[in-house]
Amino acid sequence: MKQADFVSLVMPFKDKVFRLAKRLLVSREEAEDATQEILLKLWKNNKKIGDYKNVEAFSMTMTKNFCLDRLKSKQASNLKIVHSNYTDNNTSLQHQVEAKDSVDWVSKIMEELPEQQKIIVQLRDIEEYDYDDIAKMLDMNETAIRVNLSRARKTIREKLTNTHQYGIK
Amino acid sequence: MVLNNIEKLIEKYHNAETSIKEEAQLKAYFNGDSVAPEFEHYKPMFQYFSQSQKEQYTKDVPLKSKKTTLYQWISVAAVAVLMLGLVVPSFMGPTEAEKQEALLVYNQTMEAFSLISLGMNEGKTQLTNLALVGENINEGAQQASKLGTFSTITNKILKNNSN
Repeated sequence: MKQADFVSLVMPFKDKVFRLAKRLLVSREEAEDATQEILLKLWKNNKKIGDYKNVEAFSMTMTKNFCLDRLKSKQASNLKIVHSNYTDNNTSLQHQVEAKDSVDWVSKIMEELPEQQKIIVQLRDIEEYDYDDIAKMLDMNETAIRVNLSRARKTIREKLTNTHQYGIK
Repeated sequence: MVLNNIEKLIEKYHNAETSIKEEAQLKAYFNGDSVAPEFEHYKPMFQYFSQSQKEQYTKDVPLKSKKTTLYQWISVAAVAVLMLGLVVPSFMGPTEAEKQEALLVYNQTMEAFSLISLGMNEGKTQLTNLALVGENINEGAQQASKLGTFSTITNKILKNNSN
């Protein structure tokens, strides 16, 4: 496989890898490093890539495992990931500025979710994968995924409703 | 009617029973401007999901291809060849044919030198002739001076005679 082929294969889902990494690692720099690591790992095995049935699903699984390992090693070494994503370049439009606070609040709520639920919400609500694909990526059955997802969504709703009604922060 | 539908969808959504299509419908509704006040608090969630979708990985990945490693080895090979080119001939020394050629050239130059030296010797003998000529001229000049003294003496004699 040549470099151009590899790039065109990886292009469609590299952002998804990055977003999943960022969801788990929070820090943008950490997520960038993780994404780079994963793409390089894929590139190293580019001869075997043809054998994988679904490179994208495989990469997402790799990302998940890699990030969880990262988190584990960070916790073991008593280091906390410090993130300094002070500016959010996504909310650039004027009418989004008002809603920015509450939108940021959602990301904070998501940070508090257990890892498993974070991953599932990320894959389902943001990347819009089928339950089937998610089941393959996470090596879980569909029912378990639905249960976790339902829990996560209800947690988000609960916390959102609380802030909306009482302004708790 | 629409609100009823949305409410149902939201309920299904929280039970994780919605399909991708239905979720897209919800997202479209909450990203729009006409969100009913009773659902207002869901808005940031769906907006956040839609925004997060747009985040991109912008860093370049330095893909080291196999080619570059090949290029590296080519440079190593080039250096090796260069070293061989420098070292081997000095070990091997000149070949037999080269030796003969060198001898031939040596002989030719020696011949040429001997010819030159012959010419030089001829020139030298001519130079000795010239020196002889010079000597003769000196002798002549001496004789001429003798002649001078002779003439002064004759002049003196002539003076005495006239007195």
